[in-house]
Parts: sequence; structure tokens; C-alpha cells
Amino acid sequence: MPISLTPEEIMETIRMIQSENLDIRTITMGISLRDCAHSDMKRVAGNIYDKITRRAEKLVQVGEDISREYGIPIVNKRIAVTPISLVGESCAGGDYLQLAQALDRAAGQVGVNFIGGFSALVHKGLTRGDENLLRSIPESLALTQRVCSSVNIATTKAGINMDAVYRMGRIIKETAERTRDRDAVGCAKLVVFCNVPEDNPFMAGAFHGSGEPELVINVGVSGPGVVLNAVKGHPDVDFGSLATIIKQAAFKITRMGELVGREAARRLNAPFGIVDLSLAPTPAVGDSVAGILEAMGLEKVGGHGTTAALALLNDAVKKGGSMASSHVGGLSGAFIPVSEDAGMIRAVEEGSLGFDKLEAMTCVCSVGLDMVAVPGDTPAETIAAIIADEAAIGIINKKTTAVRIIPVPGKKAGDKVEFGGLLGYAPVMPVHAFDVASFIKRGGRIPAPIQALSN
Amino acid sequence: MNPWENEGSGPEIQRVIVTVVGWDRVGIIAGVANTLSMHNVNILDIRQTILQNYFTMIMIVDISRSPVSLQELQLILRSKGEEIGVEIHAQHEDIFKYMHRI
Repeated sequence: MPISLTPEEIMETIRMIQSENLDIRTITMGISLRDCAHSDMKRVAGNIYDKITRRAEKLVQVGEDISREYGIPIVNKRIAVTPISLVGESCAGGDYLQLAQALDRAAGQVGVNFIGGFSALVHKGLTRGDENLLRSIPESLALTQRVCSSVNIATTKAGINMDAVYRMGRIIKETAERTRDRDAVGCAKLVVFCNVPEDNPFMAGAFHGSGEPELVINVGVSGPGVVLNAVKGHPDVDFGSLATIIKQAAFKITRMGELVGREAARRLNAPFGIVDLSLAPTPAVGDSVAGILEAMGLEKVGGHGTTAALALLNDAVKKGGSMASSHVGGLSGAFIPVSEDAGMIRAVEEGSLGFDKLEAMTCVCSVGLDMVAVPGDTPAETIAAIIADEAAIGIINKKTTAVRIIPVPGKKAGDKVEFGGLLGYAPVMPVHAFDVASFIKRGGRIPAPIQALSN
Repeated sequence: MNPWENEGSGPEIQRVIVTVVGWDRVGIIAGVANTLSMHNVNILDIRQTILQNYFTMIMIVDISRSPVSLQELQLILRSKGEEIGVEIHAQHEDIFKYMHRI
């Protein structure tokens, strides 16, 4: 096929990278740890460390080489592993802290900043391994730097495991308490999912699912800045044209992910898995999803019209991106983390965005309530109820939803919390104070929803 | 052959896009071309224009016969750019092909 590039096209690519923050957010290597199981916990920890350091030895170097040769930043190199609840299940002991520490050491050795997979899937109930993992979460997140944890508590096919939801409410509170000296940063590394994807490259929710191969390379792209500039350039077009402009930008962004993913997979001798189409904001100026919604014509994110604007954005990103890549997966949608997006932070601080609108927005976008700081005295039952609400949105709408919520000890609504780095800072948002304990304490499972009669 | 077309290029050719952006002044093209020739990098085409008030030069070069790697060439060009007061980037051609062509 003949290839011709115009100078304008070349300069467009360079502008996207240099002034619109286009980057590859993460190359995530998925590694199966299923062959690391053993009855002796120490042996398992050793196996885990050895396998990760062997398989991911070149991950960071390859990422840096590709970044330099193509001239595109690759912000993070990360690792996702088989849920540790499965790997640790055959151990005689019940405390998985040792396994978390093995993950942490391995991640440090190969130079990645986060490793995901301290995880369990408990949407219908708990095995012994799941039980042990859940019990180990608060201490493991407190005593490790790089380990991320996720727990799936609901699916559209199974319904919502409300016992697990309540349990996660208590675990989040305990994790906050264990890391209270660091503004409860442990909770920033813990996600509760509904309909969790098994190939998500983004932290903190990444793990290597049971249907995945031995080794795989998944890529997460970024690029809210590129979409923002495209939208800003067309202030007067109608919605059909606006959607087309966003699709074109998303296509170009995703092509970068496809190129980098394929090249990384080739160099690391691993199959290429998926590109995750998510628009992942950062606290950097101009790299905000909220900024895109405001460029569409909203005075402030959180007002009426926000859900419609986000729905258009999310759908256009998926349409443009899915044509650009041979395999799309993961979370694939716009992220609306509060702490990691300067526009979202501003909207909360200025009072335009509240908890309830944020929840409504999660009905039409990728993830859910992400990086939301709430008062430290929020009861575990209320956190469980927030998780249950998100899970209900997920099971009914057949989509992934998640909750990454941080009840910061000692802080009240209106205070600020600083997590540092990509995690950003967050204003503490007020939650409803009405008592939900009798509801949450019922226990059992909310049945799977009917798939017909779809109104 | 139109050097902006990929057709006919043998598998041995390694095409890299060099972009030079900065305020216009005497000797930019000469300085960059000299550096490239010193490292046996073949210039296939040059286009030069003024984009948004900046002097912008785009070169398509072949580094297959150069003794230096792409990463080394990037460092050499960066220091040359600092010397003559422009910003020089060298990137593998694929990033542009992937973004703009299916």
C-alpha cells in the first residue's frame, strides 16, 4: 500500500505529543502465576518472585526503548498477575501478607511502580483462598508500596453478593485506618468491582484473568488533551459533527496504542492482548476529561447536561477507537477519577459536582466512583451502600462499574487530601448521613437481573 | 520516485522522520544536513515551511547505512539542535504511518 505523509500530518502528531499530553499511559504485562502454587507459603512467595522477575526482566527497558525510538512518552510500565486468592489457595497458612510482599519485592526489582492482582472474585461466594485474601488486604496494602488489590463482588449473570459488599465496606475502613498516617493511601490501591474485565491494563484494578494466556501485553492509551483541543477547535458544530470530531481524535490516539502494544509484544516475545481505549486524565493542565465536557458547552461539570455530554464523549471514543485497533478490551471508556483530574477537582471545590451527579455520570462512562475521598467518620455500612449502588448500576446496565473510595481518617467534607504523583489530590466530598445499616445487614445476594423486559 | 511514497523502498531501508522547529536563522539546514552526513545518514527528502510562525523543516532520512543507532542519532541531533538554537526530533516513521494511514 502506498504511504504518503504530509508535513501537516507529521506536525499534527508532534503537536499532540508535545503540547496536548498524548502519551501511552501504560504497558501492562500480564503474567500467569498459576504454576506458582504450593502447600508451603514460603515456596509460593519464592516462586512468585522468581517468575515475575524472570518474565518481566526486560519490560521497563523495552518500554523506554520504544518510547525513545518513536518519540512518544510511555508513562508507566506495570504488571498484572493471576488473582492471588487462586495462587495462595493451596497454602496451609492463611495470611497472604508474605505473598503481597513477594509481589512488592518483584515489582521493585524489575522497576515497575505498581503491580496488580492481589485480587479475588467473590460475586457468588468465598472459597478458603478468597477468605484468606480478603482478610489480608488491609495489612498487605499498609505494608507494601506497589501492590494493588481488587475484589469483584457482582456480575450481571450472578447478581450482587451483599455479604461481600458489606465485607468490603469494613475492609476499606480498616485499610484507611491502617494507612491513616499517609491520608489513607491504602484505599487508593483498592478497587471493588462489578463485572470486572480480566484484561484491564489500568491500576489499581488490573489482574491477569483465568482465561488469559501465560504471558500477555496489554496497553492503555491516554489523550484527553488531544480530544479537548479537537473539541475546542469546533465550538459551533452540531452534535453529529462533534461526535465525528471526537471519533477521529480517538482513532488517532488508539493507533498509537496499537503500534506500541504490538511493538512491545514483539520485543518481549509475548502475545499482544488488547488496547484499552480509556481516556485517562492526569492532574496536568489541559489533560482533563471534565475539561472536554466543559468545552462542549457546559459552564461547569456536574450541572444538568453533564450526563448527556459524557455519554456522547464515551460513545464516540469507543467508536473511533474500536476501528483503530484489532483487539479492544479492558475498561475502554472515559475515566472520571476525582483526584486525578484537575477539572473534576475544581468542580467539586466550587460546588458544581456532588456525589449524586458523580454516581449518575458513572452510568454512562467507563468505570465508576473513582478516587473519591469522603469523611473519615463515614460508617462501613454507608460505604457498603455506595458500593451496592454502583454494583446495581453495573449489573442492570451490563457494564463494568467500580468503587475506589477513600474514607480519610480525621478529615471532614471540604478538607483536602494529597496522595502525590499520578494519584493527585482530592477534596473530601460529603456523603448522605442517613442510616443504611439495617439494609446492608440483611446479607445474602441480590439476584441476577432479568435480561428481557429491558425498560 | 517520490521519496514521500513508501513504494519501491527495499526492506533494508530504515526510514526516520527528522523534524526541526525553531526561529529562522542562517545555517539551520546546513548544520542539520552536515551532522546527518557525518554519520552516513542519507537524506531522502526535505520539506521546509513556516507553520504557526515557526521555521519547520521535515526530513525523511534513511539510517540503514549509518553506524549509529536511532537512539544515538537522537542524542547527536539533540545536542546539534541546542548548538544552533532549534528543536530537533528524530522518530521512527511508523508512528506517523500508524496514526494517519490504515
